[in-house]
Amino acid sequence: MKAAVIVFPGSNCDTDCEHALKTVMGMDVQMVWHKDAVLPKVDLVVIPGGFSYGDYLRTGAIAKFSPIMDEVKKHAERGGLVIGICNGFQILLESGLLPGAMLRNRSQHFICKHVWLKTESVNTPFTSQLKAGQLLNVPVAHGEGNYYCDDATLKTLQDNKQIVFTYSNEKGEVNDSTNINGSRANIAGICNAKRNVLGMMPHPERASENILSSWDGRSIWESLLNQAGAVAK
Amino acid sequence: MKFKAKVLVYLKKSILDAQGNTTLHALKKIGFAETESLRIGKYFDLTLDAPSKADAEKKVKLMAEQVLANTVMEDFSVEVLEAPAHAAV
Repeated sequence: MKAAVIVFPGSNCDTDCEHALKTVMGMDVQMVWHKDAVLPKVDLVVIPGGFSYGDYLRTGAIAKFSPIMDEVKKHAERGGLVIGICNGFQILLESGLLPGAMLRNRSQHFICKHVWLKTESVNTPFTSQLKAGQLLNVPVAHGEGNYYCDDATLKTLQDNKQIVFTYSNEKGEVNDSTNINGSRANIAGICNAKRNVLGMMPHPERASENILSSWDGRSIWESLLNQAGAVAK
Repeated sequence: MKFKAKVLVYLKKSILDAQGNTTLHALKKIGFAETESLRIGKYFDLTLDAPSKADAEKKVKLMAEQVLANTVMEDFSVEVLEAPAHAAV
């Protein structure tokens, strides 16, 4: 499976993603500078976490104008896979590849800790190897992860089962007490209607190896690799 | 012609402004008990060249819609004034 990791000025999880996908998962990974006007032929585009453009104006607001984003949009329109993690999710929202916007965390605090995620949809190429309701222990690190959308958009997300991950506890309960940042409907990750674009605030690339305190994030990469295998057949 | 534009961007009324609320509580706590509400927004001060005031307003509104504000969560207001002659130098 071929993947491209987009690098913006201020990205800081780009090499973590490269390590997880290449060294740990054995994918063919290329780093692509945001000013490049051409995206190499890849199956998966990763928009990594960080503080692109120093979070100036709004998180992800300037990154959406980078030349490579036009190519990422075309890749997504062709059905190519895109995953945006943390700041990558914020960039996907700003660029309109996913609906909604990010507000400051309800607590006003930057949250950096391991959280429990509940898998709400396994009907995506990113979660096909997971079981419905499966719990994942994955870290978050964000100040603006409070997902917002209007009622009509939320209903569409719910009706189409586009909510992929929610913030839960280790028992799988999803309620206000497990909502770490105030996101609508405890949303931690959503996909588009075509299900080929996923945005999530938690960092699966930081939980992909046994040496780390959790390797639950690995199941997302395993799903993608399995998907690629299925396509090749 | 040169114009000055002021753009205010603020969270929609329907959205909880946690920063604003925290600041409001701080004001009340130190004795400004009369404060009733407080919302925090962003202020953009820009100068631009346009054939007329109406054109300048149209342009700045587009800027606000496309860049300065995220209309999913924010509203904005635009005010355009003719720039003083010395500002054009």
